[in-house]
Amino acid sequence: MESNAKEKPEFNAELSESDLFLLTSLCTAVAVSGDEKEVRDIVLEAVRPHTDEISVDALGNVLVTKRGTARSRPRVMVSAHMDEVGFMLMRDEGEGLFEFRVIGGIDERQLVGKSVVVGPDHVPGIIGAKAIHMTTPEERKVPLKVSDLRIDLGPDGSSKAKAGDRGTFGTKFARIGPSLRSKALDDRLGVFNLIQLVRYAPENIDLLAAFTVQEELGLRGARVAAYNFAPDLAIALDSTPANDLPHYDLDESNERYNTRLDGGPAIYLMDGATIGDRRWIDLLVKTAEAEGIPWQYRQPGRGGTDAGAIHLSREGVPSISVSVPQRYLHSAAGLVRVDDCVNTLRLVHAALARLDSKFLKQER
Amino acid sequence: MRLDLTKHLKEMLCAPGLSGYEEPIRKVVAEAWKDLSDELQVSPLGSLHALKRGEGKDPRPKVMLAAHMDAIGLMVTAIQDGFLRFTQVGGVDPRILPGQMVTVHATAQGPKNAQELPAMVVMPPQHLQPEEAGTGAIGLPFLLVDTGLRPADVTELVRVGDLISFAQEPMELTGDTLAGHTLDNRASVAAVTVCLDLLQRRRHLWDVYAVATSQEEVGIIGGFTSPVMIKPDFAIVSDVTFAIGPGWNNPISPKLGKGINITDGANMHPALFAALTRAADAMDLPYQKSFSPGMSGTDAYGIQVAESGIPVVNIGIPLRYMHTPVELVSLKDVRRAGRLMADFISELPADFMQTVTWE
Amino acid sequence: MSPKNDALFELVKELVETPGPSGSENLIQKKIKALVEPYADETRVDALGNLIVRKGSKEAGGMRVMISAHVDEIGLMVTHVDENGFARFHTIGGVNPMTCIGGRVLFMDGQKGVIGCERLQSNALPKIEDLFIDTGATSREDCPVQVGDVAGFERPAIQLGGRLVAKSMDDRISAVVAIEALKALKSSPHEIYFVFSTQEEVGIRGATVAAFGIEPEIGLAIDVTPTGDTPRARKMNVALGAGAAIKVKDASFIAHPGVVNWMVATAQAKKLPYQMEVLEYGGTDGRAIQMSRAGVPAGCLSIPCRYVHSPSEMVDRGDLEACIKLLTALLSKKIDLA
Repeated sequence: MESNAKEKPEFNAELSESDLFLLTSLCTAVAVSGDEKEVRDIVLEAVRPHTDEISVDALGNVLVTKRGTARSRPRVMVSAHMDEVGFMLMRDEGEGLFEFRVIGGIDERQLVGKSVVVGPDHVPGIIGAKAIHMTTPEERKVPLKVSDLRIDLGPDGSSKAKAGDRGTFGTKFARIGPSLRSKALDDRLGVFNLIQLVRYAPENIDLLAAFTVQEELGLRGARVAAYNFAPDLAIALDSTPANDLPHYDLDESNERYNTRLDGGPAIYLMDGATIGDRRWIDLLVKTAEAEGIPWQYRQPGRGGTDAGAIHLSREGVPSISVSVPQRYLHSAAGLVRVDDCVNTLRLVHAALARLDSKFLKQER
Repeated sequence: MRLDLTKHLKEMLCAPGLSGYEEPIRKVVAEAWKDLSDELQVSPLGSLHALKRGEGKDPRPKVMLAAHMDAIGLMVTAIQDGFLRFTQVGGVDPRILPGQMVTVHATAQGPKNAQELPAMVVMPPQHLQPEEAGTGAIGLPFLLVDTGLRPADVTELVRVGDLISFAQEPMELTGDTLAGHTLDNRASVAAVTVCLDLLQRRRHLWDVYAVATSQEEVGIIGGFTSPVMIKPDFAIVSDVTFAIGPGWNNPISPKLGKGINITDGANMHPALFAALTRAADAMDLPYQKSFSPGMSGTDAYGIQVAESGIPVVNIGIPLRYMHTPVELVSLKDVRRAGRLMADFISELPADFMQTVTWE
Repeated sequence: MSPKNDALFELVKELVETPGPSGSENLIQKKIKALVEPYADETRVDALGNLIVRKGSKEAGGMRVMISAHVDEIGLMVTHVDENGFARFHTIGGVNPMTCIGGRVLFMDGQKGVIGCERLQSNALPKIEDLFIDTGATSREDCPVQVGDVAGFERPAIQLGGRLVAKSMDDRISAVVAIEALKALKSSPHEIYFVFSTQEEVGIRGATVAAFGIEPEIGLAIDVTPTGDTPRARKMNVALGAGAAIKVKDASFIAHPGVVNWMVATAQAKKLPYQMEVLEYGGTDGRAIQMSRAGVPAGCLSIPCRYVHSPSEMVDRGDLEACIKLLTALLSKKIDLA
């Protein structure tokens, strides 16, 4: 498929109406690790007009190549994961009640009393809890275990869903003032930004866009995608906790915020899976300063992104992660600032545009 | 079936072969597979690869059948007054150890003068244990192995690093079942043998790689490395799965002897799951669909992400008392697994991979 | 002490005292490159900073061999500087908070600091979150360090009789073994890649990509291993002074039996003191080599070491010399993995 480079519109990171529509579709789609079809279909439709090569590999990753025009172009892999955390229905108990297990890292205390959606038909359901009138104070101190909870689809549930189906929180996407509130902002924001990068890829690189699967289950898709692409460099686009709430004790300061809302895109120094390549860090910071884009470091700590798998592929790939700060990650509703999302796209686009063949010749 | 399944399985169970040290079991499997295949190869880490060529036109697509042959057991960490201290190789529940008969593979006299010493795991009296050992279940660090020999003989024969395997002999119980150690996962290796045996009398287009993988119990090492050598188009992994029984009554688990599991999940490819379950339906084979929310703890974990990625599907053979020396399996289920694989393979059209997509 | 022995200690001292936690190995790699270049046929640095040194080409009956000694040490990275100039940090690799309190750190740019601890509830053990670095600053503005800065621990290397004590014997002492073997190697039928690997302490990362690039037929990691010979120690067969330790198993891999037998046979033939090692925890570059591509027979040569991951790791000079001799002997002849 030919890319219409000649008629490429000017890059503008601000969210248009159609951008918001695409973002809403992405966040509303149900694509829990292991069954990313709904998001994969949206991605394929969105990028097809803009690609030189597109394929779906053995794990279900969408691999998109957008070739540049400059001489001796670096091959840069940019990844965003399509999967979200959620649940799998394990057993139909009858009467529409299903035993379930969690997929990905969800704090079990986030489950009770929530609405859910199950399967490609988005069958609505609930995770109920015993009426408070019937509980004792001691009981209310003990979190309910997943094995005690049930997804209730209503009495006809068995005709609508079965064991093996996957589901997730039923939170509706909403724009609230400067913020977006939704489930699956991790990592549909990254997927959205990557689609934009494919549309507006700079000419000085070959952009290898990887829409990966199963990040939440151990970076599984990224490992294979990186092997398939064999890139020179890589960036992982993800979302990371903003634990920027005040400490309960007012005179205690919060020194472990990880990132802050409104602080701009978060550049990773070191997480549990990757020590970021210094050259990438320098490039991103310099670019942000030069372009007047707010930025912050993600505090060194635990966790991981697709970069963890990519940087160890084959003979090694200098890699970095850049994430949108998000409150309440992996819960029913996450919260981000529109500005942080837009600035992440601006920063990554501008940094990519500054890459050349001399980048890797610098000392690490 | 020409194969004497009971005899073959018992022979395998009596061969030592702890993770990393699979040579004896590999020899037994090679002996069984050499007349059922065209070519045998051993991987750099000791997995056995047996190729049975198909009749299709060159280049033929390849299917890999994986079943791990390594056993869990113990390893000597120190010799104290003729008694042996040990650690585990693979996951061993210490509660099954006191009073357990074992064999010490003693190599202090050199690898060519190795000796098999009959021994047993013993629990020292309470007053000889440190306080942290407690009075409940005694942990591995506080147990010993007694060979019955004098200390001077022990130091001459045994060295740190020597392996200790379970000595429990396989037993035929009622209802066509077999009890013993290492049915995890030699029951699945036997299923692959059943498949190869049936394929002697069936035609198939595809190349078949029967693989007895090494070191699954200590990190799925064979599962990660063998597919890199073989580069199959897809793989079927056979492993044992928890059967309902004393200590385990999860209603979604299979019963013993009533059919195998065919498993779908993030570690598997849904198109393969659909194809294999269709094949089982067509054969009227007793089976149960099983769903895995996260990763399976099987060779599929490594095979799926080898190089460019390989579609996988799992077969589960129900088994009671996993990782004890008295695991129990139904030979009916072993045969079912073998028959399913043979039937599926013989029906594979040359262009089957075109249906293994993400549409 | 003869001048020759002093040279060995001086080499150890130079390597262990150079800062270089995982991800910040530039300085140590520069030092090592200068030391090995006169003896190497080829050197290169790969995408993750591994220094790969080739010696020799494959002759009849020779193999492509990878030897891996990791040059990264454990350390810490600043996560936050408070308004009074105290710096909070996250660990790089397995840092035990108990070894930190009152300790000194050395940042990559030469800046130094001291580690302090918040008051703890009685009987509570310190956690990393309770600790902070004091660089002598009085405010965030005049603090000489910032978020992202990396430091290793600081302690001068000393000799205690026949024992050598320093921080980062794990794993700079293995770099010493590799360098000395490279110097001592007179001839070999093998194509040998000495890999001074990076980022082992954070997940055996450097060796993973180095092994993929080299495609060895056999590999040997060199690393330290703990001993069981101190008061009420965790039970462990290895003892200081009892010779080079040949690893059979640790928590990350099971050494290839052929490799273990080859190492034992060589030690016996050369009458070198050796001991068998089974470690119930821990991991080394051996795992990364073993799992590379279609699999590689791999093992590990261990230097016995007390107080691993503390600022005062202790090795025995005799063990060190035995390891150097054993590695040299292993690489000098054909390899029989039967």
